[in-house]
Amino acid sequence: MNPVPQVEAILDHYPDARREHLIPILQEVQEHLGFLSRDAMEQIGDRLSLPVSKVYGVATFYNQFRFQPRGRTHCQVCRGTACHVKGSAAVLEALKQKLKIEPGQTTRDGQYSLEVVACIGACGLSPVIAINGEFYAGVTPDSVGTILRQYDRGAKHDSDDH
Amino acid sequence: MIATTTSRPASPATGAKGPGAFRAHEVEAMLCGRRDRLGEEEQQEREQRLALLRRDVVVRPTVFVGAGTCGLGAGAGRTLQAVRDYVEHKQLDADVVEVGCIGMCSAEPLLDVQTPGRTRLCFAHATADRAEGLLDAVLAGELPEAEILGQFRSESLEPWPDVPFLDEHPFFAPQTRWVLANCGLLDPRSIDEYLARGGYRALAQALHLMTRIELCDAVEASGLRGRGGGGFPTGRKWRIALNTPGYQKYLICNADEGDPGAFMDRAVIEGDPHRLVEGLSIAAYAIGATKAYVYIRAEYPQAIERLAEAIRQARAYGLIGENVLGSGSNMEIIIKQGAGAFVCGEETALINSIEGRRGMPRPRPPYPAVSGLFGKPTVINNVETLANLPALVAGGPEAFRSVGTESSKGTKVFALSGKVQRTGLVEVAMGTSVREIVFDIGGGPPEGKAFKAAQIGGPSGGCIPTCHLDIEVDYDSLKTVGAMMGSGGLVVMDEDNCMVDVAKFFMDFIQRESCGKCIPCREGTRHMLESLESITRSHRNGSGDQALGRLKGVMYLNRLAEVIQDTSLCGLGQSAPNPVLSTLRWFREEYEAHVFERRCPAGVCTQLLHYRIIPELCKGCTLCAKRCPADAIRGAPKSPHYIVEEKCIACGSCVQACRLNAIVAE
Repeated sequence: MNPVPQVEAILDHYPDARREHLIPILQEVQEHLGFLSRDAMEQIGDRLSLPVSKVYGVATFYNQFRFQPRGRTHCQVCRGTACHVKGSAAVLEALKQKLKIEPGQTTRDGQYSLEVVACIGACGLSPVIAINGEFYAGVTPDSVGTILRQYDRGAKHDSDDH
Repeated sequence: MIATTTSRPASPATGAKGPGAFRAHEVEAMLCGRRDRLGEEEQQEREQRLALLRRDVVVRPTVFVGAGTCGLGAGAGRTLQAVRDYVEHKQLDADVVEVGCIGMCSAEPLLDVQTPGRTRLCFAHATADRAEGLLDAVLAGELPEAEILGQFRSESLEPWPDVPFLDEHPFFAPQTRWVLANCGLLDPRSIDEYLARGGYRALAQALHLMTRIELCDAVEASGLRGRGGGGFPTGRKWRIALNTPGYQKYLICNADEGDPGAFMDRAVIEGDPHRLVEGLSIAAYAIGATKAYVYIRAEYPQAIERLAEAIRQARAYGLIGENVLGSGSNMEIIIKQGAGAFVCGEETALINSIEGRRGMPRPRPPYPAVSGLFGKPTVINNVETLANLPALVAGGPEAFRSVGTESSKGTKVFALSGKVQRTGLVEVAMGTSVREIVFDIGGGPPEGKAFKAAQIGGPSGGCIPTCHLDIEVDYDSLKTVGAMMGSGGLVVMDEDNCMVDVAKFFMDFIQRESCGKCIPCREGTRHMLESLESITRSHRNGSGDQALGRLKGVMYLNRLAEVIQDTSLCGLGQSAPNPVLSTLRWFREEYEAHVFERRCPAGVCTQLLHYRIIPELCKGCTLCAKRCPADAIRGAPKSPHYIVEEKCIACGSCVQACRLNAIVAE
C-alpha cells in the first residue's frame, strides 16, 4: 500500500473517526481524487479499523462512487422517468456512440467520462444532461454533438460561473 | 455559487447588525410576542423594515431571477449575469435578488421586476439577450414586448393595466399553495425575509405555548399523513417515539429524493429552506429529540448549500443550538449527504446508510420509532411533511383539516412533467382530480397529441388511464386503481409512448436499485425485466418453442409479481411489480400487440420495426451495408441495396447511417 497524502490529510479532519464517518470520508476522498483508488480505500480501512472488504462493500453499494478516474469532461445523462418519456435513451445512445464508451467508463485519453444518473431533479426541462456540472435542457441526439464540441480539447475550462 | 456583484447586499436591510437585519434578542422578543422596551418610533421603524423585507413596498427597482437548479438549466445564470451587468453598466440604484423556483419550469428562465409603487411583474422565457430590452421598458414605466406571465396581486400597490394577475393564470389558479407559499417569492438566502413573512412564529408558539403531547395531539388531529409515499399518520408516529423512554432520540429528515421524475423536495429546499429548518425544529421538539439529521441527495448541490446557509443563519439568531428561544430545549441539525441509492428512501435502509453501512433494510419490528438510529428512538419524516408543520401549527389543526378529503387532509405537491405543455411544481388540495392537474394546470399534451396515461408515484406507483382521469388525489382512492400517492412524481404520457417500454424502464430501474438482500426482489425483478425485454426484442429467426416460452413468461408475470409483493422484506420490493401490474391492467392490448402481433403500436420499441430500403432513393453508397452489424444489407456499389429480412436484427443503425433517408422503418 502506498499511502496517498491527500487521503491522509482528509483523514486527519476526522480525529475520532467512527463507522458513521465512512461515507462522508469516501465522498470527500472522491471529491479530491476524482475516484476511489485501492490504496485510498486500504488507507481508510486502516484508520477506521475496518477490513478493506467492508469499505469496498459500502463503496460499491452506492452509485456515487467510481473506481476509475473521471475524464476532464464529465458527462452525466439523466435517466429519470420524465427524461425517459421524452427520449433520453436515444440521447444516451448518441453519447455512447460519440464517445465510444459505456456509462461508468472513461475514454482512453482521459478526456471524457460518461455516467448515468437516476434523476437530476430538473424534470420540467427534460431530457437533461449535465456536463461538468452545467445543465443542458431539452437535449436531442443531434444536439449532443454540438454541445460536446464546446468541450473539445478543453476549449471550455471554468469559463462559466456555475 | 455566484457571488453578489451588486453594490449592496441583496436584502435591503442586511449588513446593519451582524448576519441579518436583527439582533438575536430582538428576534426572540419579536417571535415570542414579548414586549421589548421600544419607543413608538423604533416600533414604527421596525414595521417599516419588515414591510421592506416582505416587499410590500420597495424603495428602488428590484429584479428577481428564478435561479433554482431548473432555472439554471434553462439559462437563468446567464440572465442573472446580464441583469447585473445592466445594473452596473447603467449605474442604477436597483436590487438584484436570486429567488427559488416558483414552480413553472416550462416558462423558465423567469424574471420578476418590481418598481416602487407598482405591483411585481413576472416574465417568462427571460433569456439573457431579452433582459436588457425588458428592463429598459419596465424601468421607464412601460410594458415590454416580452412574454408576461402576470402580475402579483397586492392591495396597496398600483397594478399594471391590462396585465392578468398571476393567481388567475391557468397554471396557478387551481393550486392551493401552502408548502410552496414562499417558493420563488423570497430570497432563500435571507432569514430576515422568512421572518418578515411570519416565519419561525410557529416554532416559538410550539416551544412556549404547547407541551410535547399537545403538539403530537394537534398534528394527529390535523390528519397530516406522511408525504413520502407510505402515508402513515405523522402524529401517531411521533407519539410512539415520544412514549418510548430514552435519553437520546433522533429526528431524520428524508430528503433522499431518489424517485426518478420527482423534484419537490429539491425545489422546497432551494426555494424556502427556512421552512424546512422550522419544521425540523418543531418535529424534533415534539418527540424530544435534540439532534436532527437531514439525509439529502448529493446530486442536489444547490439545495445542500442553501440548507447549510439556512442552518447557519438560524443558529446565529438562536433559533437552533442550545436553549432555543429561551425555552430550555436544545436543537442540532446535521446534514448527511446520501451517496445515491434508491433503496435508502426506505426508513431502515436510510438509518443503515447514516450509520456508515450498506443501505439495506432491516426487518421491522422493531420500528425505528422504538429502535432506530444507533438503536435509539428515531422518527423519519419526509421534507414535505416537515414543511407542512409551520403552517399547521400556526393555523391550528382545524384549518388544516378544512382542506382535503375524508382520509387525506391538506395539500400535496406534485412534480408535473413529461408530455404536458406546462411542466413544473404543482401544489393542489387533496381531492383535486388528476384531470384537473394534467389538463387545467398542465394544459394537456402538447401539439394536440392524445393523452394516454399519467404515471403517479414513480417506480412504486402505477399508471392512471384516460377512463380514470377523474379520480381524486387521495391516499386511498389512488390505491383502488393500482396507483399510489408516492412521493409526488406525476409523469404524463401521450400516444407516442409505449406502455410496455415504460414498464420496462421502471423494472430496469428497480432491478438495478434492488439492494440484493432478499431473493424475491433481487431475482424476481430481474426475471420480470427479462420477460419484458424478450417481448420487445426482435425474434425473427426464433423457433416456435422460443415463442411459446415468451408467451409463458408473460402469462406468469402476474403470478411472479404476486410472489414478489408477498415475500419481499421492504417497501421497495413489495411495490416493485406495481408498474408492470398497473400497465398490464390498463393497457393489456398493448402487451398483446407486442406478444401476438409482434408490433409496437406507439412505434417506440424499435426492434419490432421492419426496415426497408426505398430503391428509388438509394444511390448505392454502401454506407449502410458497412454499418450493418448483422451483414443483412446486400447490393452492388452504385446500385440500390436491399435488406435481407431473415438476417436483420432491427438495430436501426442503417437508418442513422443513410444520408439520403432511403431507409424506412415500418
